[in-house]
Amino acid sequence: MPAVIMILIFSIFPLIVSLILALSRTRLRSGGYQIRYVGLQNFEKQLFGSEQFHFLGTFKTVSAVGWLVAATAAALLIWWMYSYIRGNNLTVLGLIGRLITASLLFGLAMLFAATLFSGTQFGTLGVTLFYVIVGCSVQFVIGLGLAFVCSQPIRGRSFFRVVFFLPLMVTPIGIGFGFRMLADTTKGPFSPLWKLVGLGDFAWASDPWAARVFIIIGDSWQWIPFIFVILLAALENVPRDLVEAGHVDGASNWQIFREITWPQIVPVAATVMLIRVIEAFKLVDLPNIMTSGGPGIATESMTLHAFFAWRALDFSQSAAVSYLLLFVTVVLCVSYFNLIVLRRRAVHG
Amino acid sequence: MTLASPNAAAGNGTVRRGFFEPSRIGELSPGGKLVVYSILLIWSAFVLFPLYWIVITSFKLPISVNSGPAYIPWVDFMPSLHAWRDLFDTSPQSPLAETLKPYRNSVIVASFSTLLCVLVGSMAAYALARMEYKPKFGTILLFVLILIGMVVLVGVGGVDWRIAVAVGLALFVLLARALSRYFKRRIGNGDILFWMISQRILPPVVTVVPIYMMFQSVQLLDTHLALILTYTVVNLPIVVWLMHDFFAGIPIDLEESAELDGASKLTVFYEIVLPLARAGLAATTLLVLILSWNEYVLALFLSTTNAQTMPILVAAMNGGEKGILWWSMCVVIIIMIIPVILMALLLQRFISKGVLLGAVKG
Repeated sequence: MPAVIMILIFSIFPLIVSLILALSRTRLRSGGYQIRYVGLQNFEKQLFGSEQFHFLGTFKTVSAVGWLVAATAAALLIWWMYSYIRGNNLTVLGLIGRLITASLLFGLAMLFAATLFSGTQFGTLGVTLFYVIVGCSVQFVIGLGLAFVCSQPIRGRSFFRVVFFLPLMVTPIGIGFGFRMLADTTKGPFSPLWKLVGLGDFAWASDPWAARVFIIIGDSWQWIPFIFVILLAALENVPRDLVEAGHVDGASNWQIFREITWPQIVPVAATVMLIRVIEAFKLVDLPNIMTSGGPGIATESMTLHAFFAWRALDFSQSAAVSYLLLFVTVVLCVSYFNLIVLRRRAVHG
Repeated sequence: MTLASPNAAAGNGTVRRGFFEPSRIGELSPGGKLVVYSILLIWSAFVLFPLYWIVITSFKLPISVNSGPAYIPWVDFMPSLHAWRDLFDTSPQSPLAETLKPYRNSVIVASFSTLLCVLVGSMAAYALARMEYKPKFGTILLFVLILIGMVVLVGVGGVDWRIAVAVGLALFVLLARALSRYFKRRIGNGDILFWMISQRILPPVVTVVPIYMMFQSVQLLDTHLALILTYTVVNLPIVVWLMHDFFAGIPIDLEESAELDGASKLTVFYEIVLPLARAGLAATTLLVLILSWNEYVLALFLSTTNAQTMPILVAAMNGGEKGILWWSMCVVIIIMIIPVILMALLLQRFISKGVLLGAVKG
């Protein structure tokens, strides 16, 4: 099993080293590093200390909306745990897993409540989650819509299929620069349009929300094709006679989609989203090129945060940030896999 | 997928139908057609416009870029080949003088790592699909523990790494023998597969600093080999994941009869299984190739001048006192897209429609 050995060397080993780095303070010396064990100090710095504004965001007293969001999240999670405990297939592992998931979700809800809904800026963790949640949902909806449209009996389907697939082949760096050209409000192709609506000297990259949306647009441009291609294949695999039988029975198009097509493509859709979410957590090149993480830290994803720390030769902080990212990613992705993908597969086989 | 001919629809035009009512099952109503085609055209425009803009910018003179938007060659601006000529101009003044070397690096790194990755990954996938592994849970735990101990000893304790490895291996063999009857829980192929896939969840930035230090300690930093090895490992999970499902879909009878005829396992793999899984292999290769061709983060950490790959070069054009040379940048982006598209066309005939689907369904 050479593959297992290679992965062992290149993932387990670095993971351990990374952990050591995250738990210590490194200092560059001539010809080597000085590594000193400092325990959880690095994590403390990120979560509660001087780097808190950067990682978690600026906290303010939680507003009414914030409390409302947090309370809703807590209520939903408690209800979810309760119904699981009352259910018949209770296992210790399942309970522990769900507890971890629930507490992480609650923590994230509190985070959003204390930053976003209280009107202050949020840190790289919030930005990353924003990219993952908003970006992936937008991409899924558009990708599914396009796949559905393309699965209709139309002419030139293979032409559209090739065209829609193109963006996936462009290097993300190229996309970043390309979109920077397009977004230029004075020299870009849309500048007459911007002048028309009175935004002649508006710069996308100077407003936090505009910059985030801008990055999501670039990301979507690249990744919608991926979702599109796979969902199109799934849609074409739906047996024709089922759909036709539905038509004969007088079902409306929407009913046919919901009752026949959707259940057939759900397993594929769940897996595609898993792949997409995993990749979305690693988003780094687009923010780096398009906005360099700015304005301020408004578009900095966690990977970029770790990279900036590394560039400043602060290996320990970099490792600490990456470990926090790893923790969030693993809990969310494994929960998603266990709770949604596996269940879908079990139901639809 | 056959397309219904328009004549067939015209044939039953005697019955009056609503604008949104299909004339036949399996065909679109005129209104539906309008909606569908407008969506398709709008999206094509959205996809193609940035590409079009990149292409025409590469033919623009600096003045045409800086004086505001110019859309159509020969009408709004005079196209010129100046940026493309820079590509072959090796004098130090040329902004693209250094382009061809990273390009060669990229070609070397992407092709070798893809090759290695697909080779190793498909063998691993085949093994997981056909043979049963039942390693004991305890043994693996022991191995990881000893590994952690070794790293701590070398990193913090300052023990020579050769001694640490030797002691660790010896300890592992001894303890595994001695303790093996206490280990009851075994893990199966499914667990190994899931573990491999879960490696993909790992954000590269978590592992890249240690990998950087590792290559630094063996003096391999900024070489092709470092990048090839790293890319191979990063993309292995995808290959194993996709290829496992393709192999599982191949009927086992063929392989069994070949083995009865005296073929070795390797012969069976190369002569029978691989050709059968050709479509999947092509799709996987293409995907891995695209991923490693465009990889940015790892290359950023692991290469500086010698092994610098194209994405780094493109990103590096950001700075400079002259601002971004958009026209040169666009040339570079275009020469980066071309080989991928060529590969896609080359491999396309192997990829039938349902290939990616079968893989994702699992």
